Amino acid sequence: MVGTVDETPAVRTLQLVVPGWPGHRPGQHLDVRLTAPDGYRAQRSYSIATPADGERLDLGVERLDGGEVSPYLNGELRAGDQLELRGPIGGYFVWDPALGGGEPVLLIGGGSGVVPLMAMARARRLAGSNVPMRWLSSSRTLADVVYRAEVEQLAAAGDGFEVFQALSRDAPPDWAGHRGRIDEARLTEVAWPPEAGGRTFICGPTTFVEAMARALLKLGHDPARIKTERFGGTGAP
Amino acid sequence: MSFISRGFEGRRSQQPGGGLIPPGQHLVDDFPVLSAGPTPETELDEWDFTIIDESGDVAARWTWEEFLALPSESPTVDIHCVTSWSKLATSWDGVSVDTLLEDVETSAEYVLAFCDGGYTTNLPLEDVLDGQAWVAFGYDGDELEAEHGGPARLLVPHLYFWKSAKWVRGLRLLDEDEPGFWESLGYHNYGDPWRQQRYQGD
Amino acid sequence: MSQTDLRRVDGNALGGVLGDLFAADLTLATTTCAGCRAQAPLATIHVYLDAPGAVARCPGCNAVLLRVVRHETRAWLDLTGIKVLEIPLGPA
Repeated sequence: MVGTVDETPAVRTLQLVVPGWPGHRPGQHLDVRLTAPDGYRAQRSYSIATPADGERLDLGVERLDGGEVSPYLNGELRAGDQLELRGPIGGYFVWDPALGGGEPVLLIGGGSGVVPLMAMARARRLAGSNVPMRWLSSSRTLADVVYRAEVEQLAAAGDGFEVFQALSRDAPPDWAGHRGRIDEARLTEVAWPPEAGGRTFICGPTTFVEAMARALLKLGHDPARIKTERFGGTGAP
Repeated sequence: MSFISRGFEGRRSQQPGGGLIPPGQHLVDDFPVLSAGPTPETELDEWDFTIIDESGDVAARWTWEEFLALPSESPTVDIHCVTSWSKLATSWDGVSVDTLLEDVETSAEYVLAFCDGGYTTNLPLEDVLDGQAWVAFGYDGDELEAEHGGPARLLVPHLYFWKSAKWVRGLRLLDEDEPGFWESLGYHNYGDPWRQQRYQGD
Repeated sequence: MSQTDLRRVDGNALGGVLGDLFAADLTLATTTCAGCRAQAPLATIHVYLDAPGAVARCPGCNAVLLRVVRHETRAWLDLTGIKVLEIPLGPA
């Protein structure tokens, strides 16, 4: 690991250099394996937050209370330390700017579920793509919004990237985004209409992902155009 | 296994040991929840516990009320999970399997515990007799929580804890051993933590 | 069910262990449940990663679709809960 960025109190970016890394597609993840001196091993999956860039890649790690691995990665691990990795993994939850026919994209992330979505947004920017893309994130409080400044910058570029943020627990008085959990009404406003043939990627805690997917299906969206990735753990953001 | 992650300890108890723990284990303060599926939600008025003998007949059956009316014990035991965590001196309330098999005539040598959700585990009959096993309904002075196996789980502390089947609903007595859920997928058929019998062939 | 939902993930999480065992990317596959015959993308099946091993269940009927145990030198895989596994080949 070569560096870290604390995105929020709970989420840290790990900046890695991986010699021989074969590259990856936006949305993919890798597995990290930790080995204690007595041989005890633990393994977890983490999403890659950056598009392919030679040997460099960033991971997003949310520190879970009582977790076994995340407090080590988002806590003890220091620059210069090595990690055992396996990857890239997963061809299902991926989006490439060059794929498909330019149909619009909706990214819905709950809490740290925005990590693989960020790789997609960054890849779009890197490729100079104008594919219409909407970013809808749900976080508990303002301090918990991961990548907030960066997505607002992407939106300011005026190239078809739009940002919608929801704060489910606690929003400041001047908050212009959505307050409370994302509901069907909010999705109706933000999602591309089903006829647009857009593709949707939903990632985050299991309960959040399933609530979002259920709501979209009720609104008439095609299940074949919705892809999901469920993280265990922290409950709905 | 030459790669060691600097500074990684895994889930460890802050207190240094007290009792003896089996090789390859370490102590934890919490009580990890590990399951092969969703937590079943069987209503107590639907719950029963049955003993099925080797000819397939129901040899004994208790409803929840009948089960709670049986004489029970409060063993304090050490438990060891195959994933390497151990907890010492855990306290339980349960009915001894000796009590459950008291009036059952059998020449079977093996049992298969079966559970809500489909989980099974197999043991030699002699390993669940003579004060070695209970069907536990209480943990640490309270009702056993659903995520830890409540309303009732098997408790067989001298073997790895995957044998202490959660959400247990009965025991099938068998003439021939039949590997259960994990035993049929690479885990050791017997599972003695003191001999580190985690996987087949250990 | 909320406790359960917090522990449950999906078939994307099996990509690593299945990737070690299969040449094709099974996270692109579609499963047919041997129990209820429901079809689902493998990436969306209900996965419980708790050791001793990984267990995947049918989102429709909760029957076990697959189980895998990964040891250092061996892996054990039970796919009997999957009636048919449809695997796309070629460029995704």
